[in-house]
Amino acid sequence: MTAFTLSLKELHDQLHSGETTVTALTEQALGRIDDVDEALGAFLRVDRETALQRAEKLDQELKDGTKQAEEVLFGLPVGIKDNIVTKGLTTTCASRLLENFDPVHDAHVVEQLRDAGTVTVGKLNMDEFAMGSSNENSGYKTVRNPWNLDHVPGGSSGGSAASVAAGEVPFSLGSDTGGSIRQPAAYCGVVGLKPTYGRVSRFGLVAFASSLDQIGPLTRSVEDNAYVLQQIAGHDERDSTSVDIEVPDYLKALTGDIKGLKIGVPKEYLSEGVSEGVRAQVQAALDKLKELGAEYEEVSLPHSKYALATYYLLASSEASANLARFDGIRYGVRHEEDNLLDTYKKSRSEGFGDEVKRRIMLGTFALSSGYYDAYYKKAQKVRTLIKQDFEDLFLDYDVIIGPTAPTTAFKIGDQLDDPLTMYANDILTIPVNLAGVPAISVPCGLSDGLPVGLQIIGQHFDEATVFRVAHAYEKAAGHEEEVPVFKGGTHS
Amino acid sequence: MSYETVIGLEVHVELKTNSKIFCGCSTEFGAPPNTHTCPVCLGHPGVLPVLNQQAVDFAMKAAMAINCDIAEVTKFDRKNYFYPDNPKAYQISQFDQPIGENGWIDIEVNGEKKRIGITRLHLEEDAGKLTHVEGQGHSLVDYNRVGTPLVEIVSEPDIRTPEEAYAYLEKLKAIMQYTEVSDCKMEEGSLRCDANISIRPSGQKEFGTKTELKNLNSFAHVQKGLEFEEKRQEEELENGGEILQETRRWDDSAKETILMRVKEGSDDYRYFPDPDLVNLYIDEDWKKRIKETIPELPDARMERYVEEHELPAYDAAVLTQQKAMSDFFERGLDAGAPAKPLSNWLMGEVNGYMNQEGKEIEDLPITPEALASMIHMIDKGTISSKIAKTVFKELVENGGDPEKIVEDKGLVQISDEGEIRGMVNEALDNNPQSVEDYQNGKGKAIGFLVGQVMKASKGKANPQLVNELLKEELDKR
Amino acid sequence: MERISKENIRHVAELARLELKEEEIAHFGEQLDKIILAAEELNELNTDNVEATSHVVDVRNVMRRDEVKESLSREDALKNAPDEDEGQVRVPSVLD
Repeated sequence: MTAFTLSLKELHDQLHSGETTVTALTEQALGRIDDVDEALGAFLRVDRETALQRAEKLDQELKDGTKQAEEVLFGLPVGIKDNIVTKGLTTTCASRLLENFDPVHDAHVVEQLRDAGTVTVGKLNMDEFAMGSSNENSGYKTVRNPWNLDHVPGGSSGGSAASVAAGEVPFSLGSDTGGSIRQPAAYCGVVGLKPTYGRVSRFGLVAFASSLDQIGPLTRSVEDNAYVLQQIAGHDERDSTSVDIEVPDYLKALTGDIKGLKIGVPKEYLSEGVSEGVRAQVQAALDKLKELGAEYEEVSLPHSKYALATYYLLASSEASANLARFDGIRYGVRHEEDNLLDTYKKSRSEGFGDEVKRRIMLGTFALSSGYYDAYYKKAQKVRTLIKQDFEDLFLDYDVIIGPTAPTTAFKIGDQLDDPLTMYANDILTIPVNLAGVPAISVPCGLSDGLPVGLQIIGQHFDEATVFRVAHAYEKAAGHEEEVPVFKGGTHS
Repeated sequence: MSYETVIGLEVHVELKTNSKIFCGCSTEFGAPPNTHTCPVCLGHPGVLPVLNQQAVDFAMKAAMAINCDIAEVTKFDRKNYFYPDNPKAYQISQFDQPIGENGWIDIEVNGEKKRIGITRLHLEEDAGKLTHVEGQGHSLVDYNRVGTPLVEIVSEPDIRTPEEAYAYLEKLKAIMQYTEVSDCKMEEGSLRCDANISIRPSGQKEFGTKTELKNLNSFAHVQKGLEFEEKRQEEELENGGEILQETRRWDDSAKETILMRVKEGSDDYRYFPDPDLVNLYIDEDWKKRIKETIPELPDARMERYVEEHELPAYDAAVLTQQKAMSDFFERGLDAGAPAKPLSNWLMGEVNGYMNQEGKEIEDLPITPEALASMIHMIDKGTISSKIAKTVFKELVENGGDPEKIVEDKGLVQISDEGEIRGMVNEALDNNPQSVEDYQNGKGKAIGFLVGQVMKASKGKANPQLVNELLKEELDKR
Repeated sequence: MERISKENIRHVAELARLELKEEEIAHFGEQLDKIILAAEELNELNTDNVEATSHVVDVRNVMRRDEVKESLSREDALKNAPDEDEGQVRVPSVLD
């Protein structure tokens, strides 16, 4: 089956002109998954029967011309990261501990997509509980990069990025705590947005680090991304941190006009840790933006060198509490021993992988008596400084631009042994989560045959400007023509 | 050596909201297990808490009623510990910015007034219910109660005797009931108490090592447990022993406290601010709105009963101890009953009946208006005090209107002189010996004769008139 | 210098209800030590007059009305439970 290559709007138009049907699109997705996913490993679960039933029902609605059928996302297949709960569709967070967990409700974003008439074809692979930058921490299988199957797709939303890059689905949802949408989007050559903290409801997103987590879309173009965010953004009273402010029309923001736009380029984002190939592509992108009428200047985010440590203390601390509920008592896999304490320990030790245990240990330590002020509280204060760095820059600049990741996708197995090296992949994305601002990764060419991502960071709740800049760049750069040579199944 | 006892109490009070603190499940007591739960209170993956405003309002009201300073900014924290009745493995509570701090309440023991400091009042969620199945090696968990809003009220270590502890609890309960934030039913667990107790040689400043008492199912148990513990600790020290920091429970059948566990260091709950809940900023308007809902509290009512209604202090104290009793009294006054007789009936017959039947005043069919009307009938002379007891019995058992009861049962007092004189002469005729005794100066005989007349009238004759007419007729003979 | 002793690692594992094998204790200990060392770089910064950030977006006083919503059926509430009995979740007994 052929890969999805058309934009969401084009697919929408084909549905409405009768050139295709929801069932045909759903079958295309399922067929493509059949063809390539054994090699790719992007999907943990495919819900063929439910998807086809729903497609049939939606085809009827399309015929009847119901209101829902007008939505751009109507009838389009979608993949959902497996840490977003789906009623009646097993949700594991790629953890063995939740192998059999059957949610009794849908996440807010899943409801929003359903309201628009999308068809969920399955759940996407990820690093266990979203902890990882390579997808090698999945409790089930490693996802591979469609551009080169020996390389990682990035993480933790590796399945979300790979599935879109390989044309299994036209779009997917991921989640981003320290770069988990943007970094895999960069590695797989797709567009990935982390919205402003509070823009999209977290209700139904299995929490990793609650003060950092956001759900966002992964797509093949900026326009597609805007359509999806339009549908999932907005206030939800079930999430107290979701913000009750108007969601602008993102499509209207895609004007192509960035004349006079002021861009700050943090020198810390092009420092020695960033590879030559990445630096060259980012520089080319900046020159392209300048051609389009924008101005850029070197600026500084002086506290960004502290972001990684701050992030690991805060995220792990929150995670140590968020993941405490996985104890084998009310759901999940229980390894029963003759007393409660041993049952807890056995269930958690058997159920969690190494990376999850490592972060729980770090977080528990950082919060424990006698260390709280030195680690957790200190990190919260440094977070304030990092946030202020961004606020200061946004007084003078419309967006901040740099690479999404310091390198292109590395080889599977290359960084497994040293958590610190692995964590360094997120060094350019993490400050964004700490500051809560929105950022997108958009493809900006290749380096040694692998995609490079350009990261465009905006002010709180100003996704519109981020989209506008990303869209203008994307149109001018013409990288859409670069697609993975992946033929699925033919690679070993 | 003489010792001084130091007691601090931690009281948990369930707030009577309709729904739970962080989700929409009902807080109703006594539902079948696990029928009042949802993904939020069950701690399913992906759920988030949303704070119930009524719980905050109630907590603020309770804090104000015990004279706490209200926080300008308050927040929620996660208290981490694993237990099967704690679904998220953390309890959402308040750590360093509780809603209320630095309060106090006044108590009175043996006529002496004393002020007990309140360290803090904070809001948190309740846990589920874990039932141990005897001899089966397992337990069962019901999550209905998870997420019921609670306030924890921590006293300063100002309490010096078990009696003071009892008085503190009575007063605290009364205040919580007056403010209507809780029904404070210990038997349903909506009020629970843990006690910390230590002793120290009289005159010593430093506190001794404290033990924590749990499983205190009534105020009487608190007092008994503390009395036992006071003695146990003293004996331990006198015998050269050492008090260990331990948790003990009161065993009411054995009448002793039993060691549960020795604490090693302090528990490490790893509190940190809950990122899922935002800070609460409490401004003057909000405080004012809550302040306005606080009714007259027991101390103020007590004072008013003494000053305005001239009740003895003792009566005023007894009447105001339970809000329901005090409200009954108020409504009786509104219905026109004079204070002292009303108080007498409430403290005497009504209280006696409640104790005998184990019922609360709000469960009785008698209304304050009915009691007032009955008292009015006694005053008017429509019924005698004796008949009133019959009327009261009917009222307290079946309710109804006293006037109608008196009429239906023909209990109206006979005050017709001619009718009574007839009954008097009949009694004198039938009891010549008593007449003779009276004439021989045995004044006592008149009592017997009164009894005979009352019996003949089925208790309805006006006793005063019977007395008068008896003397008249006796003097004639 | 070791920032976290093996003893400390065991204590933290106990708090987190994780059972670690001896080699895991050594392995995690080494890795955590490195991470903590990196974290201590934060001490270069003077944060005496800096407020701690718990929430990156300033949202205040979010509350809902006290309204009862429908609960799950008992069947749904218990459907994921590994063990149940008499409509309740069955757990191994608590050993203190």
